[in-house]
Amino acid sequence: MSVSTPHASCDEPLLARETPIQRRRLRAAWLFLTPMLLCLALVAAWPLLRTFWFSLTDANLADTRGATFVGFSNYLFYNGSGWSGILVDPQWWNAVRNTLHFTMVSVGLEIVLGLLVALLLNIKFTGRSLVRALILIPWAIPTIVSAKIWSWMLNDQFGIINHLMLSLGLIDMPLAWTADASLSMWAVIIVDVWKTVPFVTLLMLAALQMLPSDCYEAARVDGIHPLHVFWRVTLPLLMPALLVAAIFRILDSLRVFDVIYVLTSNSSSTMSMSVYARQHLVEFQDVGYGSAASTLLFLVVAVIALLYLYLGRRQLEVRS
Amino acid sequence: MSPRLLKKALLRLGFWCLIGILLLYAVFPFYYAIVTSLKPSSTLFEVSYWIDRPDFSNYAAVLHQPSFLKAIGNSLVVALCVVTLALFLSLTAAYALGRVKFRGRGTVLMMVLGVSMFPQVAVLSGLFEVIRALGLYNTSWALILSYTIFTLPFTVWVLTTFMGQLPHELEEAAIMDGASPWVTLTRVLLPLLWPALVTTGLLAFIAAWNEFLFALTFTLTDTQRTVPVAIALISGGSPHELPWGLLMAASVLVTVPLVILVLIFQRRIVSGLTAGALKG
Repeated sequence: MSVSTPHASCDEPLLARETPIQRRRLRAAWLFLTPMLLCLALVAAWPLLRTFWFSLTDANLADTRGATFVGFSNYLFYNGSGWSGILVDPQWWNAVRNTLHFTMVSVGLEIVLGLLVALLLNIKFTGRSLVRALILIPWAIPTIVSAKIWSWMLNDQFGIINHLMLSLGLIDMPLAWTADASLSMWAVIIVDVWKTVPFVTLLMLAALQMLPSDCYEAARVDGIHPLHVFWRVTLPLLMPALLVAAIFRILDSLRVFDVIYVLTSNSSSTMSMSVYARQHLVEFQDVGYGSAASTLLFLVVAVIALLYLYLGRRQLEVRS
Repeated sequence: MSPRLLKKALLRLGFWCLIGILLLYAVFPFYYAIVTSLKPSSTLFEVSYWIDRPDFSNYAAVLHQPSFLKAIGNSLVVALCVVTLALFLSLTAAYALGRVKFRGRGTVLMMVLGVSMFPQVAVLSGLFEVIRALGLYNTSWALILSYTIFTLPFTVWVLTTFMGQLPHELEEAAIMDGASPWVTLTRVLLPLLWPALVTTGLLAFIAAWNEFLFALTFTLTDTQRTVPVAIALISGGSPHELPWGLLMAASVLVTVPLVILVLIFQRRIVSGLTAGALKG
C-alpha cells in the first residue's frame, strides 16, 4: 500500500521473448516517455541544478548571468572578525524552528482529527454521502481564500471568533490572533488544519474500507469491547495508511508558504523556511543567499523523502 | 423506557451531535464568507450569523473591476492549458509506464515521485532564469510551463495506476491485428480511460487554479495576475483597513465553481486522490 509502484500488466505470455513486436513496443515506450521527461527536465531538474549553483555565487535577481563563484560563503564565511552566512543567521534558525513547530503540531492534529472523522463517517447512516461531500469543501477552497476568510473571522476587532469567545465568557479581552506573536502561529495552524483534515479523512476512509471484515465479526462474536478492538485490530492495520498520510502532510508542511504569507506576511514569529527563502530571493533580490536557503530546505525534504522511500521499500520486501 | 433503549437513544443523539459539529466546522467559514459578502458596508462590522436582506453591492463592485475579471480569465486560460498539457504528456507516459515492461521503468517512476515531493521554492531561482531566458516572464505561458512541475507527477502517477488495471487481452487483440502502439493507445485504451482522465484533469485544474507562489513571482502586472494573487493583493486605504465585504465577495465568486465541481464529482475526486496516495 505505501510505495508499491503502480504495476504494469505486462505479464503477457504473447510477448515473453524478444520479438520484433516487443522491440517495437520498447522503442514506442521510450518515445512516449520522452516528452514528459523533457518537460520535467526543463521545469524541475535543470532549475534545481541552477539553484544549487546560484547558492555558490553572488547572483543578483536583476542579472543572474553576471554572477561570480563565491564558494560556500553564502552558507558560512569567516570575514576575519566573525562568522557570517546563513548558518549563523538567527533569522534562518528562527524560520527552521517555526517550520518544525508548525509541521509537528499541524500534522499531529490533522492525523488525529482525520482519523476520528474517518471513524465517524465509516459508520453507515442516512445522508452519509452528502456529509462526505460537504466535508470536502475546505479542501477545494484555494489556500489564499481560506487564509483570507479565516483572517476575517479571526480579526481582532470585528472577528466572529472573538465575538463568540467573548459572549461565551472564554476570554475577557479580544485576542489579536494574527498580530500577537504568541498567537499567530496558532492562527496559521488553525487554518492549515481546517483545510487539510478532509484529505487525511479521505485516505483514512479508503484504508478503513479495505480492512478485512472477518476479524470484526470474530471480535463481536467473542464479545470484545469495541475500544479494545480499535487499539488491537483497527489501529495496527491502519498503520501503513497513517504513515503514508503523515509523510504526505509532513512534506507539504515543511514547504509551507501561501497560508503564512497571506495570514501574517513576513512577521518573524511565523516565518517559515520557504517564506525566508523567497524574501531573500525576490524582495532582497539576493539570489545567491536565497538559493542557499532553498538548497538547505531541499536537503531537509530530500532526506525525509529518501527515508520514506527506503522504509517503504523495506516494508514491501517484508510483505512479499 | 428500558435502560437499554435509553442507552441506544443517547448514543444516537451523541452521534448526530458529532455529525452536526463536524458539518459546522467544515462548512461554517465558507457560509460566513457568503454572509459577509452580502452585507452593505454600513453593517459590515456588526457580527451576525445570517442575512436578513441580501445586498449585492459588493459583488457589483468586484465585477466592475476590470483587473479582477481579467484575473479570472487568466486563471481559466492557465488552468485549462495546464490540464491539456499535463493530460497529453502523462497519457503517453502512462501508456509506457503502465503497459510495457522495460528496464529503467522503476527509476522513471521513482524520479516522477521525487519531483512531486520538491519544495516549490527550491526551483524558484532556476525556473525564474529559464522563464526569463525563454522570454516568458510576466505572461500566462510562464505559469502554464511552471505548473507542470506539480501537475505532471500527479497525473502520470494516477494515470499509470489506472492504465495498469485495464485487462491486457484488449491490447493483445490489438497487437494481433497489427495495430501500432499509438493506435492501441488512442483507439483501444483511451475510450476506457475517460473516467480516469476526468478525475485527474479535475484535480490538476483545482491545483492550477489555486496555485500562489509561482503566480506571485512570475507575473508582475495586473493584466497577467491570476485569481489567488489578485485576491491576496486586494488592499484598502491602509494596511489595517481591508475592504472585507469586497474581499469576501471576490473569494466567494472564485470558490463557488470549485465547490460545485467538488460536490458533483465527489466520488471521482475521492477515487483519484486515494489512487494517487494509497494504491500509488
